[in-house]
Amino acid sequence: MMEREEDQPLLRAEGLSKWYGNQLGCRDVSFAVHPGEVMAVVGESGSGKTTLLRLLSTQLAPSAGRVLYRMRDGTTRDLVSLGEAERRFLFRTDWGYVHQDPAMGLRMTVSAGANVGERLMAIGWRHYGGIRRAAGDWLSRVEIDAGRIDEAPDTYSGGMRQRLQIARNLVTRPRLVFMDEPTGGLDVSVQARLLDLLRGLVAELALAAVIVTHDLAVARLLSHRIIVMKDGEIVETGLTDQVLDDPHQPYTQLLVSSVLPP
Amino acid sequence: MSTVLELTAVAKTFTMHLQGGIRLPVVTGVAFTVRAGECAVLAGRSGAGKSSILKMIFGTYRCDAGSIRVDADGRSVDVAQAEPRQILALRARALGYVSQFLRAIPRVPAIDIVCEPLLIAGVQRGEARQRAADLLRRLNIPERLWQLPPATFSGGEQQRINIARGFISDLPLLLLDEPTASLDASNRAVVVDLVTEKKRRGTAVVAIVHDEDVRAAIADTVVDVNRFTAAA
Repeated sequence: MMEREEDQPLLRAEGLSKWYGNQLGCRDVSFAVHPGEVMAVVGESGSGKTTLLRLLSTQLAPSAGRVLYRMRDGTTRDLVSLGEAERRFLFRTDWGYVHQDPAMGLRMTVSAGANVGERLMAIGWRHYGGIRRAAGDWLSRVEIDAGRIDEAPDTYSGGMRQRLQIARNLVTRPRLVFMDEPTGGLDVSVQARLLDLLRGLVAELALAAVIVTHDLAVARLLSHRIIVMKDGEIVETGLTDQVLDDPHQPYTQLLVSSVLPP
Repeated sequence: MSTVLELTAVAKTFTMHLQGGIRLPVVTGVAFTVRAGECAVLAGRSGAGKSSILKMIFGTYRCDAGSIRVDADGRSVDVAQAEPRQILALRARALGYVSQFLRAIPRVPAIDIVCEPLLIAGVQRGEARQRAADLLRRLNIPERLWQLPPATFSGGEQQRINIARGFISDLPLLLLDEPTASLDASNRAVVVDLVTEKKRRGTAVVAIVHDEDVRAAIADTVVDVNRFTAAA
C-alpha cells in the first residue's frame, strides 16, 4: 500500500530561498515529493517557479535552506553537499529534465537514435545493437516513426522534438523527472497528444515528477498535488482537485477564475 | 453491518475573495452514518448542499469543521484532517466517486477511461479490459464506440462511461452524484441493478438521485440535507 514503503519522501525541500542580489527568486519553500507522485508548481511568470525547479535540480545554489534526496541505495543526501561527479551521475541516471524548448535538452544535429542512445552510453551501455534497439523502442513509445531514427531533430516538428526529448530522458528509467512547461510552445492539438503520452508514461513507470506550468489544465491532467506560487512564495498547496475546485487563497481564486473551463 | 462512513458536525463555507470576501455558507452540522451494504440517498432542494457534501467526503472540497471518518480495510481515516497523500491512498483503496459529468481526456478511448482505476490498482491490462468490456456491454454502449474518445459522445453515453469507470472497482465506499440524470428508463434500470449488486457485496453507497423510482429502488435511508443548509 502507498502508505508503507513509499512513506519516505524521494525529494524534500526545506526552507529553500534564493536571492539574486536584492531580487527575490523564492522564499522559504518547503515540501516533499514521494515516489510515484506528480507535483505541479503553478503561478504566473516571475512567481519563482523556474527558480524553484533549478534549485531542486541543483542547477542553482540556494541562498538558504536545503534539498534532500533519497538515493537508490536508500540513503538520504543533502544535494548541496554532493560532489560534482555524484551530481552528474544523478542527472544521467536517476533524474530527467525536460526543458520547455527541446533544443535545450537535445543535441539538434545528431540523429534521434544517438540522442536517446547517448543517455544509455553514459550509464555504461556499450553494445551498439542493444543501444539502437532500446532507442528504437523508446522512439515508438513516444510515437515517433522508427524510420526516422537516423534523422537529426532539427528536421523534426516541435511536437516530435518534445517527444524525442521525453524519450531521451526516460530511457534510463529515472525515478524523478523535472519538467519546465513541457507543453509550452506547442499547438493545442500537439499539446493534447503530448499530455496524453506523458500521462500514460508517468503512470506506467510510476515516475515522480515536479512539473512547472502556468497551464492549469496541464496541472489537472498530470498532477496529484499542486503548489501555487506568487512573488516567490508558496501561497497554497493541496490535492490537485482541491486546489482547482475549492481554492482558498485570493490569488488562487484569481488564477482559477481567469481561465475558461475546457 | 459495520459503519463505513460517519460524518459529524461537518460545515462548509465558501469565501469569495474576488467578490469582496463575501461568505457563502453552504452547510453546517452535517451528521449521518452509512453502513456496509447500505445506500444513503441525500435529498433536498437544489442548492441545499448535496453535491458539496459528496465532494467533501471525496476530499475535493475542503471541510471547515467536523470530521468525516471512513472506516475500511481495518483502517480509519478522517478525510477532514487527512494529508493529500492519505486522501489519494484512500481513494485508491476505498473510495469511489461517480461525478455528474465525465471529464473526457483528449485521445483516450472510452474503454481505457473505464479501465484506468483498475490499472492504477495494479490489475493486469487484459483482465481490466475484460471487466471494462463487460460493464460497457451491460450499460448498452455499442462496441464500435469503445475505442473512441468520448468527447463527442451524447450526454447519456458519456454518463454511462462515467458510471462504468466508477463501478469497475470493488471499493468499500461509493459516492454517486446523479448517476441517472440523463439516462433512459432501461439504462436507469441497469444502474439500479449495479447499485444493488454493489450493496450485496458490502459496498456502502451515498447517492444523490432525483428520480423517484431509482431512489425507491436503491435507498435504505434518506438523509434530508435541507436541515443542514446554513443560513446565509
